[in-house]
Amino acid sequence: MEWKLALPEITLAVSALIILVAGVLPKRDTSFGVTMAVLGALLLAGGLVLAQGEGSAFGGQYVADSFSTFMKLLCLAGAALGLILALDWNAKQGIARFEFPLLVLLATIGMMVMISANDLMSLYMGLELLSLPLYVLAAMDRDNGRSAEAGLKYFILGSLASGLLLYGSSLVYGFAGTTNFDRLADAFSAQQGISAGVVVGIVFIIAALAFKISAVPFHMWTPDVYEGAPTPVTAFFASAPKVAAVALLTRVLAGPFGDTVSQWQQVIVLAALGSMVLGALAAIGQRNIKRLMAYSSIGHIGFALMGLAVGGESGLRGVLVYMAIYLFMNLGTFAVLVAMRRNGRALEGIDDLAGLGRTDPAMALAMAVFMFSMAGVPPMAGFFGKLYVLLPAVEQGFWVLAVVGVLSSVVSAFYYLRVIKVMYFDAPAEAFDVRPASVSVVLAGTGLFTGFLFLFPAPLLAAARAAVVAILGAG
Amino acid sequence: MLEIGLGHYLTVSAILFVLGVFGIFLNRKNVIVILMSIELILLSVNLNFVAFSSRLDDLAGQVFAMLILTVAAAEAAIGLAILVIYFRNRGSIEVEDISTLKG
Repeated sequence: MEWKLALPEITLAVSALIILVAGVLPKRDTSFGVTMAVLGALLLAGGLVLAQGEGSAFGGQYVADSFSTFMKLLCLAGAALGLILALDWNAKQGIARFEFPLLVLLATIGMMVMISANDLMSLYMGLELLSLPLYVLAAMDRDNGRSAEAGLKYFILGSLASGLLLYGSSLVYGFAGTTNFDRLADAFSAQQGISAGVVVGIVFIIAALAFKISAVPFHMWTPDVYEGAPTPVTAFFASAPKVAAVALLTRVLAGPFGDTVSQWQQVIVLAALGSMVLGALAAIGQRNIKRLMAYSSIGHIGFALMGLAVGGESGLRGVLVYMAIYLFMNLGTFAVLVAMRRNGRALEGIDDLAGLGRTDPAMALAMAVFMFSMAGVPPMAGFFGKLYVLLPAVEQGFWVLAVVGVLSSVVSAFYYLRVIKVMYFDAPAEAFDVRPASVSVVLAGTGLFTGFLFLFPAPLLAAARAAVVAILGAG
Repeated sequence: MLEIGLGHYLTVSAILFVLGVFGIFLNRKNVIVILMSIELILLSVNLNFVAFSSRLDDLAGQVFAMLILTVAAAEAAIGLAILVIYFRNRGSIEVEDISTLKG
């Protein structure tokens, strides 16, 4: 029974419907119960993903392999941690609605469909199933003008990206005669020259996916949306959907378009260079820490794209390791941002962290670990992430990429270290409100991962290698 | 009589697509026009898919077009909903006014 391969997605979709009904029926506020139910569903789906077999289903539309297992587990973890961060924040902000965890759940199904997509049709369906809940989430704080504006901007630019993706898909379909990834790969490996229509289509598809991962030159929505959206929503935006979109880009470029590498490699190299440089330079002047994180995420995507441009087993393994580490250190940083609240008011300024080293040493230590990790200081996890994309770049002779990568990482260290300086050496401001237990759990988990990954890197590396072998073998 | 072939369909749909993209970026009036431009882009893609499907004698393109129609409806609903809450907060849907967040 091949439909059983999609059991994790089917389970999540059915539980989303059941939880929706269960959440809407009672008269009282059900947001806490619904969040717990959604967390349970995500956990169940994680177990099912681990137990999942390999193969393709639904007439080649859907594929399950160790690549999809790796990426799906990351996305499920990201969604679950994002939900935990939102628990307390939403309640204090007065926006604890039971729709929030459900929208996250629906977006997670979209991510899993995207990761397993083996056809342009299922790719589009997954991408929209992810995007539509995200538009609503950005505008979730509906009485706040900034949140509504973030939602509107995200919606317009996201829809434009979907339009580009579709136009590219239509050209690829028309000139190659199929939408299935396996048959596209066969068509391109058999052909000698590639028709211009297909090349234009590929460029459109890459542009649309670059939009979703906010790579330069399609990054302009990121800072606005990150600043305007409620903080836990931003935490979610910056983590799981990015991982899923990078996974999709990796599968598309390594699989069906793997034989047309000469056509798209330059595009990815340019996007990687632009993202790394912009992420390093534009963040320097920022005072708002959510905006700073937006530019920082653009820079990190640049590094992931570097691995993708280099390609091959080691380059793609670098991408996967980088995204796994990025997911956890990013969520950890956002856990600190969620805890920034004084006298009941949420704060977003970098200066508001002043003296955190004395008022809350534990959280300051965790934040310092995340900042060192993002800057790529050994022995934090972020250093290994950068190492595993820079090494293949140097080995394969991508010197420009490697040099720009190292330089931009040095420049970006300036603003990461400034956060640490503000925390430890500036005159203490008033202490933050008591940190909620849910945030402490996320902080401890991601902090331990980021700080001590260098002791046990082998399982992550082995899983990433197995995942890469799966898509390269198929492509 | 002029024979209407694949090229004509592709040209029309390319024109519609470009009109849609320009409608989003050059429009300075209001956001409803942007929503219409998005619909225009999706419809131009549909035209492409149906034309290719007929030329290739393959049903997949038409299935894709139906899928896009469905998703476009959902997308328009969400877009209008977001626009309504935006209007409630600002009292305006002029494109020029969407500039609180920048830096």
